[in-house]
Amino acid sequence: MTATELPAEVAGPRFEGRRGRWVGASVPRHEDPRLLTGRGRFVDDITLPGMLHAGFVRATVAHGHLTGVDLTATRAVSGVVAAFDAGDLALGDVVALLDRPAEEFTPTAMPVLAKDKVRFVGEPVAIVIARDPYAVEDGIEAAVVACDPLAAVVDEPSALAAATTVHDGAPDNVLLDVSMFDTPGVDEGFAEAAGDGPEGSSTRGGCVVEVTTRSGRQNALPLETRGAVASWDARDDQLLVQTCTQVPHQVRTMVARCLGVPERTVRVTVPDMGGGFGQKCVVGREEIAVAAVARRLHRPVKWIEDRREALTAGFLAREQHYDTRAAFDADGRITALAVDVVCDMGAYSCYPFTAGIEPLMASAEMPSVYRVPAYRVRGRAITTNKAPTAPYRGVSRPQYVTAIERVMEKAARALDLDPVELRRRNVITEFPYTGVNAVTYDPGTYRESLDLAEETLRSEGWFGARDGGDRHLGIGFCCFSERTGYGSEAFAKRRMTVVPGFDLSEIRMDTTGAVVVTSGTMNHGQSHETTFAQIVADRLGIDVARVKLRQGDTERIAYGWGTFASRSVTIGGSAVALASERLGELLCRIAAHLLETRPENVAMDGSGGVIVVDDPARRLSYEDIADVAYLRSHLLPKDVEPTLTATASFDVPGDGTFSNATHAVVVEVDPGTGQVRILRYVCVEDCGVVIHPQVVDGQCRGGIAQGIAGALFEEVTYDEHGEPSAASFIDYLVPTATEIPDVSITHLETPCAFTENGAKGAGEGGTIGAPAAVLNAVNDALRHTGVELDTTPIHPATVLDALEGTP
Amino acid sequence: MKPAAFTYHRAHDVADAVALLTDLAAAGEDPKVIAGGQSLMPMMNFRLARPTALVDLGPLRRVPSMTAISERDGTLTLGALVTHHAVETATLSPDWAVLSRTMRWVGHRPIRSRGTVAGSLVHGDATAEWCLLALLLDAVVVAEGPAGRREIPAGELFHGFYATAVDPDEVVVEVRFTRPSPHAALTEFARRHGDFAIVDAAVALDVEGSAVRGGRVVLGGVAPAPVRVPEAEAALAGEAGDDRWAAVADAAVAAIDPPDDGGTTAAYRRRLTRTLVTDACREAAGGIP
Amino acid sequence: MNDPHLLTLHVNGTEHEVVVEPRRTLADVLRHDLHLTGTHVGCEHGVCGACTAHLDHAPVRACLVFAVQAEGADVRTVESLDHDGELSDLQQAFTDHHALQCGFCTPGFLMLAEGVLAESPDASREELREALSANLCRCTGYQTIVDAVCATAASRREKIS
Repeated sequence: MTATELPAEVAGPRFEGRRGRWVGASVPRHEDPRLLTGRGRFVDDITLPGMLHAGFVRATVAHGHLTGVDLTATRAVSGVVAAFDAGDLALGDVVALLDRPAEEFTPTAMPVLAKDKVRFVGEPVAIVIARDPYAVEDGIEAAVVACDPLAAVVDEPSALAAATTVHDGAPDNVLLDVSMFDTPGVDEGFAEAAGDGPEGSSTRGGCVVEVTTRSGRQNALPLETRGAVASWDARDDQLLVQTCTQVPHQVRTMVARCLGVPERTVRVTVPDMGGGFGQKCVVGREEIAVAAVARRLHRPVKWIEDRREALTAGFLAREQHYDTRAAFDADGRITALAVDVVCDMGAYSCYPFTAGIEPLMASAEMPSVYRVPAYRVRGRAITTNKAPTAPYRGVSRPQYVTAIERVMEKAARALDLDPVELRRRNVITEFPYTGVNAVTYDPGTYRESLDLAEETLRSEGWFGARDGGDRHLGIGFCCFSERTGYGSEAFAKRRMTVVPGFDLSEIRMDTTGAVVVTSGTMNHGQSHETTFAQIVADRLGIDVARVKLRQGDTERIAYGWGTFASRSVTIGGSAVALASERLGELLCRIAAHLLETRPENVAMDGSGGVIVVDDPARRLSYEDIADVAYLRSHLLPKDVEPTLTATASFDVPGDGTFSNATHAVVVEVDPGTGQVRILRYVCVEDCGVVIHPQVVDGQCRGGIAQGIAGALFEEVTYDEHGEPSAASFIDYLVPTATEIPDVSITHLETPCAFTENGAKGAGEGGTIGAPAAVLNAVNDALRHTGVELDTTPIHPATVLDALEGTP
Repeated sequence: MKPAAFTYHRAHDVADAVALLTDLAAAGEDPKVIAGGQSLMPMMNFRLARPTALVDLGPLRRVPSMTAISERDGTLTLGALVTHHAVETATLSPDWAVLSRTMRWVGHRPIRSRGTVAGSLVHGDATAEWCLLALLLDAVVVAEGPAGRREIPAGELFHGFYATAVDPDEVVVEVRFTRPSPHAALTEFARRHGDFAIVDAAVALDVEGSAVRGGRVVLGGVAPAPVRVPEAEAALAGEAGDDRWAAVADAAVAAIDPPDDGGTTAAYRRRLTRTLVTDACREAAGGIP
Repeated sequence: MNDPHLLTLHVNGTEHEVVVEPRRTLADVLRHDLHLTGTHVGCEHGVCGACTAHLDHAPVRACLVFAVQAEGADVRTVESLDHDGELSDLQQAFTDHHALQCGFCTPGFLMLAEGVLAESPDASREELREALSANLCRCTGYQTIVDAVCATAASRREKIS
């Protein structure tokens, strides 16, 4: 093992509060050497002896009664080994629940393979097993599926009209309908702002603004599609499911339940993952089917989703509609906010989050970074004949932030105020702040980030360029915060029956002083192998290269909730830190005994050993201590058990912690094509203590790229029959290096007071801020036209219509 | 996304390729020629194309004429296996430089490594840059079939949606461009760089001294096949300048009847046409004294 | 013939004999017949570029080449870039600039960049950006990939001069 070399500018001891030698430094990523040399191990890289390949016969109509699945011809295809439909496999359904009354929530039963009905184009109907993926497709082509088509419910109006019902249990096509807040003062606020308030009201002269915002259906689009390799091990009496998931323990639970077997007989492990972004934080029916078939055939079976499946039948996201009204007083202070949110969740509730996750998130957090005194909200999840949705990076926040940021812009216009100044008058500046939504916001830099972002563009001359030139330039801002590190208390408020929150870590030092630490989180690009090692290395005073992180193995990690909602470093990193400290205490305790001094008279020396405080020349290295802990345990203190192992759990108390940022964007719209070009992108963000600056920058930039994708490019539309429009990358427009601009990032740092490392989450912010900032900038560029755009993605044709005054 | 099964046949010369195509068809197969495969393979991977036999022209890369780029007597001849990338990096005289300049619009670098000029023409995509260039510069496609060689002028090549005059039993041998044009340009608009254009426009100006005598205006994405726009061409003659280009663009917009499809309206295609024809005229006129 | 073909492929300087159906793509043969799994498959229709490899020194989409077409050609994959685990300058630049997160697109970007740098050593940042727009990355937002390739181009130019 070689020592890790630090870049010159960060070398040397840097103990500042919770920071150490490693935390705060951009150390070389542990993940990189294997990924750069083609030696990573992704799920499709796994080959097992005798392995077969699986694929799915999928529905070609969006809605219909399944009247027959004939696999006779399929089974006769050369290379096909077996084919099964729902009746053959007889598996339990995937059901996700909320602890809410029937008038608020209706669950769906998502069968692993469609049974009586198909509910979206691409729904799996049968599984085909063959000797290679080519023969699998031959077999799929030979299947005959008979279906009595029904009218397809493909949009919000047709869902709410409920002439056709997607699920019998939800005759109105509404899976969740919750009015989470209706605080006093909402009607009064609107009345006063509209000039209808009581005589002498001080708030006359304000305004009421209304905005209807819509966001298109998107695909989170990890570049590695979903996939799994399942194999039966008779000796272990266990099914091994190697799958690319953000939530291995939840996959284990659902595989065991659908197969009707004890969880002990299912082991889920996760190899390298090519992204997830939330699409892989729900349990896929395909991974369950593959597991069932491997167990039945006693042969390893691999399924790799192809891109067409990923685009049409993978979990989608984002399609939401907000009707937002807000009242402002004459000084530009918001006095009331009323919102109606409708989220099109597609054909089924996802496990474990349910179809409620998006409207509940929006309802709980809609007031955003502003001091809203009165708030009313209704959130609904509707079901349609479209591919189901998963909580994609940001989870409703890109949408509700867009809604409220559009409100701020419109109010500024109505009151003839500068939009940044209007935000300044409303933004939360004193912390902790408990909002009208009963959420307590921990300290952040809302106002500071806004000021700095504005100042950056001002000093670069963009405002002058916009106002002085003949180009169509626009400047847009988005100020927002993002709850990260939801603990079980925060999730319990959403009334899930499966309540994520805590994380566990176990740390073990071996006889050579090397450390293996576990986490229930799940790296899929976020650099946990590096950042968690930094945390451990600082707590124990060892080289970061001596720390190996283990994740993604249900046998090795007692339990975990995986990685989503920017929880990994906040919660997982805290558990890892606590376990490290406990191991440090254990090392000290043994050392004190061996050095024959009082326990309080020893300390870790920051370089892999324990010293006697009043006689630092007396020292034991960790190897010395480990030697005793394992190989000469008779020398241990009587009350210390052999081995060097410690465990810890961590949960975030209360409402969690809030990262925040302001994004500022300059765009130019092309009067010849309507194309929007981003000329400048500034992000000022605060995620507390930065463990690894490059990694945080990378999360910001990658998130912003996905936010821009949602604002300007990507959308899955459906025709009136429920046929998806984007079955290839020709039609699903993932932006490239020429569409995504360079992004300048400035970090402010408000350490979190209740996570172990002072860190807040950094995974989602970029995606949250970009759509609103870009939309506001485009509207600013169109300010002379009188047209305002409130729908994403923005099509160039729409921009051109606005510029040319065509309705 | 795995292709359906097919039989694979390597052609060792053009005659061999033609014989293979003829024999396979006679045996009831549905054979197809593959050269670079950059249009065919995506369609095969989606199983939208499913030839039962492929005749690979790859070995013909050893035949020098098949990969040759030669200029002579006002004609530029490209062997049938010349790739987009070869044209991009070739040193061409000003008469043909528009070809090299246009290549950056053709897919991306790795596509241009394999994709061929002839393959693109035979595929006949309505927005393919080569199809526009063929009409712009009076290309002649030389195809060999069981009855021997024939020459297909670009004006007779495109029969509509992905349909061309090259018969299934014919193999393209070379493409000749016969209309040198030192004042020519192609420009296009797509949502992302490297995508198929929504609309593309090519303009060639016939210049005498500093006056424009006439020329060509070719559009892609406004009809099932790429089209010349005579009405716009008629407006080219006269003094070069923005007023002229605006008149050319107006004439082009008035002449076309573009489709409403792929989420793009006819009205938007018209607007793009106006912009792109103007831009292409400006760029083509760039070198006029 | 539809029956499997016996092919000789020259990959990373080594000769391999494989028996494959003609419909197998080069990407699949590299990954699953030769077990060179560094070349990734992301779309199988030539858009994402995760499978970019070199065929006779030019970057190509390995999903848009049938393996039978690659017989006789010099095939290079990401596995050829390092020297017994020691990173190449381009690979080192990728890690220095944090040009990879999940790493799935990385082999394709490395092979694309090597192809572009070999051909256009003097390319500007904007030219390199346009060339790199051939491939998709979902994690980085591309900026650090462009940074890494520009830095490599600059250091290679410096070495030559």
